[in-house]
Amino acid sequence: MQITTTVNGRECTQDVEPRLLLVHFLRDHLGLTGTHWGCDTSNCGACVVWLDAMPVKACTVLAVMADGCDVRTVEGLETESGLDPIQQGFVECHGLQCGFCTPAMLMTGRWLLNHDPDPSEETIREAISGQVCRCTGYENIVRSIRWAAEHGSGAPAAVAEADESAVPGQRSAAEEVRA
Amino acid sequence: MQVPATFQYEKAASVADALALLARYGPEARVVAGGQSLLPMMKLRMAEPTALVDINGLTQLARISVDGDELSIGAIVRHAELLASPVVGEHLPILRDAERLIADPIVRNRGTVGGSLCQADPSEDLSAAFAALRAVLVVESAGGRRNVAIRQFFTGPYETVVEPGELLVEIRVPIRSHASAYQKVERRVGDWPVAAAGAVLELDRDRDRVREVGIGLTSVGAAGFVAAEAEDVLRGRPASEEQFVEAGRIAAQHCNPVSDQRGPEDYKRHLAGVLVTRALRKATARSRGEEA
Repeated sequence: MQITTTVNGRECTQDVEPRLLLVHFLRDHLGLTGTHWGCDTSNCGACVVWLDAMPVKACTVLAVMADGCDVRTVEGLETESGLDPIQQGFVECHGLQCGFCTPAMLMTGRWLLNHDPDPSEETIREAISGQVCRCTGYENIVRSIRWAAEHGSGAPAAVAEADESAVPGQRSAAEEVRA
Repeated sequence: MQVPATFQYEKAASVADALALLARYGPEARVVAGGQSLLPMMKLRMAEPTALVDINGLTQLARISVDGDELSIGAIVRHAELLASPVVGEHLPILRDAERLIADPIVRNRGTVGGSLCQADPSEDLSAAFAALRAVLVVESAGGRRNVAIRQFFTGPYETVVEPGELLVEIRVPIRSHASAYQKVERRVGDWPVAAAGAVLELDRDRDRVREVGIGLTSVGAAGFVAAEAEDVLRGRPASEEQFVEAGRIAAQHCNPVSDQRGPEDYKRHLAGVLVTRALRKATARSRGEEA
């Protein structure tokens, strides 16, 4: 069936099977491989993206459920003015080791700061409690989110606009629909 | 890669539309809202519905409101919304306690209250919490609505009285007291409980005798998620530590846990007793203003 979603600020229309999971839609149909596909069972949280501004595990959401919705992935965090403070925090505090859990940690961290600009360490640990870091690097992940809180992350990340490179393959999908 | 089997997908525009779609696709159709239990089961091919009726768009089922002395919770209220609700936090701390311990924050953003109850997982937390609260579930069909007491709602593991062509639309909970609490032991965040217990107490005016009591149990094979024998023992008795320990002992005696990867049967039985006592103690302390 045909679905229309807004991914990282850009509308795209695609024909998908109802059984296609959102994580595979993002990775395989749109080429947005920043969203990682981990355990397949909703346990590891590597696939967290925002669906209508709410973090969800994209391996347990059907792509058809995102029809008419706004999706934000890690590719949509960076703005024209540079890295989002949450991304900068992970750079400054060595918040990533192998990097597998990182995109999802960024999405949850950014969402947390949008709602609680000054979260305690306990609040941060609770927020990421459904997400597994296989390197066991939680200390630095928590520090990274705190760094972002302390360095002007209060303003929510702007929706990435007009950045063609943000969603590879999306333009061609739109053109297909027009054709 | 885990992929569900093929199915027809339909988005319901209203309750009537959802009921019509369920009637059209027959008993092999399933309702999906949050999908946090159903989709994993479909990926593992433990469930292979021929059609999914998506009710996420039914915003009239997404409200929490106070109606007289009852709290009304729409079937597709998300766990995160129930947890964040000030009215729930004020009047029904058992639900706030339980929601803090259900899955993890991201899963709670998507999973729904009605979905949890209809899943009827024998280890589900809200089933025990609502059983303790003596909630009433409103089930709608083309022929109208019927009210089902939660203690008559579950017919077995993963089975409820909701018939094909019916839809759970609302959960109604009497607001009677602030004396409630939920206690759970789990192996790690997001896991099912090893054992968990919820308690709701109505105390007399002096807050030292038990007028009415609800005790919910999950993961330990309690019939209907209720420790009925422990309730009978406690009703009319002093709200004392001694009686709470006795109620825990009776609850442990009458539940039927099984040994599995979460622990041996005798450990779970021990936990059930301890958690019932703790939940009763905490609920009472709350009602006396001694504890949040």
